[in-house]
Amino acid sequence: MLIAIVVNRVAMALITLAGVAVVVFVLLRVVPGDPVAMMISPGAGPADIAALKAHYGLDAPLLTQFWIWIRGIVAGDFGTSITLHLYVTEVLASRLPATLELAILALLVAVALGGGIAVAGTLMRRTAGETAIDGLNSIMLAVPDFIWALALVLIFAVALPVLPLTGRIDPDLAQGFATRFYLAESIVTGRFAVAGNILSHMAMPTLALALPLAAVIVRLLKQSLKEAMVQDYVLLARIKGFRELRLVLQEALRNAVGPTIALTGVQFTFLVGGTVIVERIFAYPGIGNLAIDAVINRDFPLIQGLVLLFGLIFILINIAVDLTVATLNPRLRHG
Amino acid sequence: MRDPKVVCAGGFILLLIVVAIAAPWVAPKDPLAQNLLMTTTPPAGFPDAEPGFLLGTDGLGRDVLSRVIYGARVSLTVAFVAAGLACLIGSLLGLLAGFLGELVDALISRLVDVWMAFPPVLLSILLIAVIGTGLHSVITAIVVIDWTRFCRVVRTETKSQAQMDYVVAARTIGFSRPAILFREILPNVVPVLIALLTLEMGIAVVVEAILSFVGLSVSSDTPTWGGMIAEGRQIVHEAWWVLAAPLAALFATVVAFNQLGDGLARSLDPVLRR
Repeated sequence: MLIAIVVNRVAMALITLAGVAVVVFVLLRVVPGDPVAMMISPGAGPADIAALKAHYGLDAPLLTQFWIWIRGIVAGDFGTSITLHLYVTEVLASRLPATLELAILALLVAVALGGGIAVAGTLMRRTAGETAIDGLNSIMLAVPDFIWALALVLIFAVALPVLPLTGRIDPDLAQGFATRFYLAESIVTGRFAVAGNILSHMAMPTLALALPLAAVIVRLLKQSLKEAMVQDYVLLARIKGFRELRLVLQEALRNAVGPTIALTGVQFTFLVGGTVIVERIFAYPGIGNLAIDAVINRDFPLIQGLVLLFGLIFILINIAVDLTVATLNPRLRHG
Repeated sequence: MRDPKVVCAGGFILLLIVVAIAAPWVAPKDPLAQNLLMTTTPPAGFPDAEPGFLLGTDGLGRDVLSRVIYGARVSLTVAFVAAGLACLIGSLLGLLAGFLGELVDALISRLVDVWMAFPPVLLSILLIAVIGTGLHSVITAIVVIDWTRFCRVVRTETKSQAQMDYVVAARTIGFSRPAILFREILPNVVPVLIALLTLEMGIAVVVEAILSFVGLSVSSDTPTWGGMIAEGRQIVHEAWWVLAAPLAALFATVVAFNQLGDGLARSLDPVLRR
């Protein structure tokens, strides 16, 4: 059953990606702005422009351009970035690990924070504590990552200057890495001082991305937990004399967590989308920050590569969510 | 309607609208007037504050309070125009999908599904790259991305209303289809729509702020909250108030639209009201 789901989802994913590719290609070719006009020096004549266009293949007919582009993609060649003068695949590969580490860390923090508060709220149900959590959470639900990021800047970089404001790692420490996964690598190789430095850089962007997701988790999980707590099996466990915390964690949580996992997966795609602006605010060298530069500079090959990469990430997340939900739900698992 | 949430949030937004419209009379200074002898002076009450600059001045000596007041104009324009247009297009298609039978429904629903499969961030990056920067681009991007929210909800709502006895009765009496759709069904969809529209306005305000933060919205000589935030972010260690003031305005506005939408959804829904 699981294999059928995987095959089905991968097929759908490939179709979606192909659709995204066509849309991106067409949209970027019909634009009024001329990318070449933006990259030439003011003194260049028509001959220079034509030469440059030929260099980037922009002088060929649209259909030919599309054919060249698709053939390139299949071969792993996304072209050359107009502004960075590097292969798009090279640029993306060097920037992606930073974003992956940030997004995954933010997901973990959101789950821990949201889950913790939801459980605490369930333990405190029908008390002033629950009212306080609900009230605070209704405001948290309204605040997007953009506002969180800047509020954190004011708190932890200005009022209490304890965290570094920009970057991924102190420049003098950014040496001797075999991979671009700085955080994972420094932990695996036991360089904990370096890992600590990286974490201090990641703290603010991580929190900014995690807090909105945590708020969503709190609302749904707390609701599901409260519903589960009045079920017969919890009552039975209560009669057996289990303590309240154990009732919530062992009896209610297992049955209540399903919808939250599905929603967290969907919301994780929003979190990844949020990296674009959050990375910008903290000058964090990931693909989100890169995307904004690419748009400002109208670097079309880079924009195409980025959109396809983001599309691929979103699709992979969706497949992972479907599989997790299917594995956890016995009815789906056994068809 | 006596929900304190709705009263407070609605009151705040009303006040904001009045202040934005009356900006030339309310703002203490010209928001564009530079004074290079008086740059980054702190807000009133802090040491070295200049009298007359309640929230201090920015890096070019412009009055922060006046700029925040003028910035509300762009934010509210985008909130009303973009959310309003998205609402109009989305609900029209939603009404048609819910009422015109299987084929139209299938077509519009598929379109919405495909549209929503495209992540908003990607779509807005692409759109702005294609249509260029400026206020019209910001509004276009919001409408193009968010009409689906309205379409989905209105379609579901229309479908369930179309099953109701009063619609069957109207049909029996011989009302024309447009009359049933706009005079009978639409008024019953409006409550849901109003709540959704209010929430969308909050989203639009944030999207505008983000796009002007990265310099993809209106040109830099118009004061916007996002533009001020970008400037304040650059000089945050010398003058935190240049960032804090517009950020506080943005926060309050977003929370107000959200609380108003939530409250309206609650008090307009006959089931929840009981």
